[in-house]
Amino acid sequence: MSYPANFRFTPEHEWVATDGAQAKVGITDYAQKQLGDIVFVELPAVGTELVAGQAFGTVESVKAVSEIFAPVSGTVSAINSTLVQSPELLNSDPHGAAWMVEVKVTGKANDKLMDAAAYEKFVAEEEANH
Amino acid sequence: MTSPTPRASRHIVQNEDLLFEVSSPGKRGYQLPALDVPAVTLAGARREIPDFPEVSELEVIRHFTRLSTWNYGVDTGIYPLGSCTMKYNARVNEAVTRLEGLGDGHPLQPEELSQGALRIMQLLSEYLLEITGMDAITLQPAAGAQGELTGILLVRAALTARGDARKKVLIPDSAHGTNPATAAIAGYTVENLKSNPDGTVDMASLDRQMTRDVAALMLTNPNTLGIFEEDIHRIADLVHERGGMLYMDGANMNALVGRSRPGDFGVDVMHLNLHKTFSTPHGGGGPGSGPVAVKKSLEPYLPIPVLRVKRGKPVLDYRRPKSIGRVRAFYGNFGMFTRALAYIMANGSDGLKQTTEDAVLNANYIRRKLQDVFALPYPTPSMHEVVFSDSIQAAQGVHTGDIAKRLIDYGFHPYTVSFPLVVRGAMMIEPTESANQAEMDEFIAALRAIAEESKNTPELVTGAPHTTKISRLDEVAAARNPILRWRPNKSDAAQS
Amino acid sequence: MRYLPTSDPIRQRMLADVGLTSIDELFSHIPEYCRLQRPLNIPKGQAEADIIRFFRAAAAENAPGFTSFVGAGAYHHFRPTHLDTLISRGEWFTAYTPYQPEISQGTLQSIFEFQTMICQLTGQEVANAGMYDGSTALHEACMMAARVTGRSGMVVARSIHPQYREVLRTLTRYRDFPTAEIGFGADGRIDVDALRAAVNASTAAVAVQSPNFFGNLEDWEQAAEIAHSAGALLIAVITDPVSLGLLPPPEAADIVAMELQGFGIPVGFGGPYAGIIASREKFVRSLPGRLVGEARDSQGRRGFVLTLSTREQHIRREKATSNICTNQALCALMASIFMATYGKQGLRELAEHNLAKAAYAASAFAASGAEVLFPSPRFHEFVVRPKRPLAASKSALRKAKLIAGLPLQGYYPELGESVLVCVTETISREDIDRLVAAL
Repeated sequence: MSYPANFRFTPEHEWVATDGAQAKVGITDYAQKQLGDIVFVELPAVGTELVAGQAFGTVESVKAVSEIFAPVSGTVSAINSTLVQSPELLNSDPHGAAWMVEVKVTGKANDKLMDAAAYEKFVAEEEANH
Repeated sequence: MTSPTPRASRHIVQNEDLLFEVSSPGKRGYQLPALDVPAVTLAGARREIPDFPEVSELEVIRHFTRLSTWNYGVDTGIYPLGSCTMKYNARVNEAVTRLEGLGDGHPLQPEELSQGALRIMQLLSEYLLEITGMDAITLQPAAGAQGELTGILLVRAALTARGDARKKVLIPDSAHGTNPATAAIAGYTVENLKSNPDGTVDMASLDRQMTRDVAALMLTNPNTLGIFEEDIHRIADLVHERGGMLYMDGANMNALVGRSRPGDFGVDVMHLNLHKTFSTPHGGGGPGSGPVAVKKSLEPYLPIPVLRVKRGKPVLDYRRPKSIGRVRAFYGNFGMFTRALAYIMANGSDGLKQTTEDAVLNANYIRRKLQDVFALPYPTPSMHEVVFSDSIQAAQGVHTGDIAKRLIDYGFHPYTVSFPLVVRGAMMIEPTESANQAEMDEFIAALRAIAEESKNTPELVTGAPHTTKISRLDEVAAARNPILRWRPNKSDAAQS
Repeated sequence: MRYLPTSDPIRQRMLADVGLTSIDELFSHIPEYCRLQRPLNIPKGQAEADIIRFFRAAAAENAPGFTSFVGAGAYHHFRPTHLDTLISRGEWFTAYTPYQPEISQGTLQSIFEFQTMICQLTGQEVANAGMYDGSTALHEACMMAARVTGRSGMVVARSIHPQYREVLRTLTRYRDFPTAEIGFGADGRIDVDALRAAVNASTAAVAVQSPNFFGNLEDWEQAAEIAHSAGALLIAVITDPVSLGLLPPPEAADIVAMELQGFGIPVGFGGPYAGIIASREKFVRSLPGRLVGEARDSQGRRGFVLTLSTREQHIRREKATSNICTNQALCALMASIFMATYGKQGLRELAEHNLAKAAYAASAFAASGAEVLFPSPRFHEFVVRPKRPLAASKSALRKAKLIAGLPLQGYYPELGESVLVCVTETISREDIDRLVAAL
């Protein structure tokens, strides 16, 4: 899977797609591959304040739990309830239908955000180190 | 398929439905004596228990007997789970536990009528203190994790009393999951301490991270890789110098009993697992017992009641103003005290030391016979357990979990898979002293054969087990849509 | 040593195989100061006969053959003989936690059945595979309520077992869980007005025990209504599961914290016992402890497996729902066999016997001139103020080999010299009469 050009990526493998003051957040294809079959996704309630770099939810496979870290600061304006009902969506379409939250961006973004090319390189290095 | 080795054989094992599927209205498995007092009705009594089973006594016997045949126990054969210490559970321990007066003694009956039980607790306490080299002990915690919690609460109480509660606990990244979970319950935040490449504590990291904000370092020694912390004195000194305490997780005491004592190498507080080192039965997941032994400085904070000897008689002391309180009702898992004491008495000083030596020899024997086919992540000497990694086999797409499942086809219970987390694809093997050479040789032969299969016919391993009642279950579906209880069929449709 | 399946010649050969000549070489990497240079100061290994003799002597000093009227969280109920026969099978009692499902279907299926029976008994939707005991189950239930509601206040009835409340205090002392205790009225039951006043928007849980410590029945529905009106959860505490054979189950409660000992687990001087947490399905991800779920293999065969493991310590570590690892599986198995043996009708009859025996004893005491406190409905325990001081009855009781019950003055000083008496189905009418006469 290639990484969309308009996405930005965190070193913890979250993606963010900004559209003016709104942003959509999810986790990357690399992340879902590492986790394996997803069984549960825990998302914050609408209205929750997110702080860039802090955990705001979790993703679970059978044998592991991973926290999801906010790439941007802001307020949660929508959550993907389809994803909550069908966590397996994260394995099949992590960059599209399995978006997690929509955020009204208020503060600074995580300054470690990478563009698609940089993230691909980052992932390649991580794979090599395994 | 034919059996791979002589250890594994096929024969008929009965199937058995759920109790509710065997149940039939009107069947009964009990008879109460006739009521010798007037019957009484209760206003507002419950409706009958919905769908509760009704079976005969014989059906109960067959049900639980058949179910048991699908399990594997220490009685069945070598049980190489790492850090679980699956050793022989002697039957005399069961007999003494059930003696009239002990098996049916009530914890709240008068102390003068409980002298036997208190004497047992007193003697066990003395022996455990001698074994650990510590000064005082509580038998109250119900299991290892509760022991850990008790220990950290004691640390916190002592530090609070000197006006310096501190905020953090340091835990090596190789530690058992109960360690950080415990620290959190005691109100501490957890800071991970990075291990050396060989799994031992990195002194430089410790020096950096052991600040005046750290209440304790929680260590397992030997660590979860079966490696003894050779720097333990420097570790203890550093922690003490900075005003903290050293907690030891005693899960791996089977490598130390009679040979080394934590109290002698700087430990302030530790727990023991009676269900590991001291042979009380694992029972399918418990009960356990997690006594906590401490140095003098922590003695005032021990949970109440504290067992003391007054004029030669054991008494329960409740006048302990500095005590942290109670960590559970009553005195602890007394049924495990009788078993552990019987174990210690049967072994004695000579047997306990021999047990430790055999446990360490066995692990090293297995290590020597497998190190040419499985990767050894660290060259450091192993004690009572050895940790391999699946890195050689992983190149063929075969992982530790697969190898473990293929072991079942060979007639063995798997080793511990994927723990400790610091080793990728960990295979943790602890044979204990209860493995004889012949069986270890069969176990070794099985693993060598599986290593071959991983090269030549990996599907045999990745699809294992092939010979069991059920094969790999869809754990993903089970977690996505959990079915956690039986429900009666509303129609002919499959149960949801 | 007879437990060790080897001999010196074999040890020597194995050492040689490992390339060593002495076992000491395997310990030589341990620094000198860490090595114990003397034998342990423990007697040498003893014969089985000697061990049994020692324990027999200890048992003899532990009131064997006495009839005990003590309950207070640990209950003498008859244990069908086949309980021990079955659990003594090596495949049950020497097995480990069922982490490898293909080789542990026995344990896993029995836990699944156990979870189901607990749900049926308590009227809840999901139950875990056991906690250490009732007292720690209460603590776990409170923590679960805090997680679910996001609040931290606890409101706890004073008529809950005193040791359970002590445990809650100890385990929460270094975290912020403000806890209020609500007293009881002249009827021995919780002071409802005080309860209403104490519950507010920061309350995570209200905990009530029924039958309570004095043996009296509390009103689950009323307690639930009070808790829910403030957005708090109701925790129902039960110390003798035998009571559920007859008493209305706590369906209105959000979490049930129950001691399982009465279901075939030996009283054994205080442990091991087992506790459970049962609750609603919607709270399942906040549930502590192990859970077994149904699953299918690739051929569609039904099996059982540990599931929702990500709640637990071995995965979630410091964010786990609990630090529990080893639980009380063998005790839960005893309870399963007990429940299966008595079954739907038997548990009811058993509870009825307990109710009848205690009612007879209470009226016998009243008729003899002693004062029976707290006249509201009860199960198998009640509080008596004896006709004469307890010290005066002591020798008569000893001679009659009777243990009268639990003196309560230490736990509830305001009750003066009073005794908590428990009468189960194991006690004969004769023994009840003898107790009433001796006290």
